[in-house]
Amino acid sequence: MRLSLTSRLSAISALLPALLVMFVVYIGATSWTVWISLTNSRMLPNNNFIGLRQYEMLFNNDRWITSVHNIVIYGVLFVSLALLIGFLLAVAIDQRVRAEDTIRSIYLYPYSMSFVVTGLVWQWLLNPTLGIQHVLRSWGFEGATFDWIVRPETAIYCLVIAGVWQASGLVMAIMLAGLRGVDEEIWKAARVDGLPKWRVYVSIIIPMMDASFATAAVLLSTGVVRLYDLSVAMTNGGPGIASEVPAKFVMDHLFERANIGLATAAATTMLITVIAVVAPYLYWRARKGEMR
Amino acid sequence: MQKSSVDIRSLQIGFGGLKVLENLDLHVGESEFLVLLGPSGCGKSTLLNAIAGLIDVKGGEIHIGGRDVTWAEPKDRGIAMVFQSYALYPRMSVRRNMSFGLKVAGTPQSEIERRVGEAAQMLRLTSLLERRPSELSGGQRQRVAIGRALVRHAGVYLFDEPLSNLDAQLRAELRVEIKRLHARLGATMIYVTHDQIEALTLADRIAVMQGGVIQQLDTPKKIYREPVNRFVASFVGSPAMNFIPGRLARGGEMVFVAGVNRLGLNGYVFRSQPTDAPVVLGIRPEHIEMTGADDQSSVPARVEMVEPMGADTLIWCRLADGTAFSFRRDADAQVRAGDALAVRFPADALSLFDEASGQRL
Ligand SMILES: Nc1ncnc2c1ncn2[C@@H]1O[C@H](COP(=O)(O)OP(=O)(O)OP(=O)(O)O)[C@@H](O)[C@H]1O
Ligand SMILES: [Mg+2]
Repeated sequence: MRLSLTSRLSAISALLPALLVMFVVYIGATSWTVWISLTNSRMLPNNNFIGLRQYEMLFNNDRWITSVHNIVIYGVLFVSLALLIGFLLAVAIDQRVRAEDTIRSIYLYPYSMSFVVTGLVWQWLLNPTLGIQHVLRSWGFEGATFDWIVRPETAIYCLVIAGVWQASGLVMAIMLAGLRGVDEEIWKAARVDGLPKWRVYVSIIIPMMDASFATAAVLLSTGVVRLYDLSVAMTNGGPGIASEVPAKFVMDHLFERANIGLATAAATTMLITVIAVVAPYLYWRARKGEMR
Repeated sequence: MQKSSVDIRSLQIGFGGLKVLENLDLHVGESEFLVLLGPSGCGKSTLLNAIAGLIDVKGGEIHIGGRDVTWAEPKDRGIAMVFQSYALYPRMSVRRNMSFGLKVAGTPQSEIERRVGEAAQMLRLTSLLERRPSELSGGQRQRVAIGRALVRHAGVYLFDEPLSNLDAQLRAELRVEIKRLHARLGATMIYVTHDQIEALTLADRIAVMQGGVIQQLDTPKKIYREPVNRFVASFVGSPAMNFIPGRLARGGEMVFVAGVNRLGLNGYVFRSQPTDAPVVLGIRPEHIEMTGADDQSSVPARVEMVEPMGADTLIWCRLADGTAFSFRRDADAQVRAGDALAVRFPADALSLFDEASGQRL
């Protein structure tokens, strides 16, 4: 198709702002970040090239190693638990319960809260001297112990609990839309075939809902990479460095510790990891699109 | 293969406050092909789903094969069902679609394979067994759905508008296939449709429904020739039956009077004693005959429009008093708009309805 010059010009001028943002902000800022990570910048950026020294230091840094360790635990547990619980909630609502709208709103409510509020609420709930443990003991369960948040080896699981609590409602909404898209007659056919309900979900419905699961998983995964506020609000990385996460490592080194070189090296490492994970997925999607 | 009769006694079904079926009785004999025919929303699917056990009944009983199954689960009723939207399991191959129910029910593998093979062969699906439903055409999908029903070796097969989602040509093909299947299996079949051609071609008996009530339950021929009321008369038949309002008069023989036109009714079999209440005369387009003007019983008419329909032609006319009607001639009829002609309404092909109640006289 050949467009006249004027219409081509107007198309370009319409796209220009977006293109500018794209080049200057994303690509420009990203390249600058990568470049700085190869210099010995401390409080202020400079251009003294030192190769991969910052990366060496990064991977010798205990706090960074803990952060990476934590984000893997958090990522796997958060995504799988949120998917599982969200799906189960959607299945429960799909049984044509009464007051469905109300229940759905209640489930979705946590998602409308910011991470900071979520973090504060859960910090309070999980605090042994104020929250659940305290309440249980005051009811007479003297031996009740729920002190994960103050123990270094379990603090990260508290972030998982809060994260799952916050995100399950959203997963539920996505899954419910998927379930409602299932033809009523498939259910009837399955009943005539004598299939038990759980069997219908496992063998027929879940395989039909791959798009819903993919959407939810992608949304949840972006939340994993960005995980920052929850850690700050709930544990501030503690006890000690037990619940540090990569995004928090970057922020702290950028602004508090005045070590721009190390911070950008950490940010670049995160970026490369995300690309390494996302690229095969995008490639697979594109291949699948072509095959249609 | 076993066959079962179906017996429905004063069945009542409602959704909330809405009563859909009330005191419905129906008996379907062994090996019978019964078609439920009616306009949208008349309760056909509701009745079929009740027979299948997919919805709860409010009252009455359902017996299948002599067994009271009113509260039995669908799988325990000895039925199989085919749906309008095919309702195939989308991520399973054709083979698994057909075998999954049997497998879950614990049927031995060799028996499953035998039944699937047999059904696939009957429905010409053998070469498609490894495909997914998304890789099949609409007609093939519906054949798979029929196959999934067949492997259940049920006593009664229920079809809910199985051909409605197909184009006209495929519909005609599959219609023949279903008829052949019925002849071969000799199984009892209950088939819901709002397509009268399907009903007339397939059925041993047709139940014409309206507003949750069976209006007439009869052979296709009876339904077509002797509709019991105006609803059945106008719902069945295409092009539609002509209706001419008038009244009855007695003068030696019974006559039908519409304005200046008088029509002898010698040969019409009255069901009830004729009165002088207003009546409506019904006659199908193909039963009206063209005659010469000298025929005593003929009526003059003027041609208004001619509709060629391929095999034959539909001719739209008006009587002298303006009453419109249409009749059918073969394609090479030499009739043009504006022509004057004389037509005859044979008394033995007529239907007379009471105007107020709509019931056949
Ligand atoms: N689940 C339901 N809840 C409430 N009303 C219903 C439900 N299912 C059907 N109805 C009502 O019952 C009546 C009969 O419905 P049914 O589905 O049996 O019609 P049908 O004859 O099969 O029509 P169609 O040819 O459109 O399929 C309709 O008035 C419909 O609105
Ligand atoms: Mg229906």
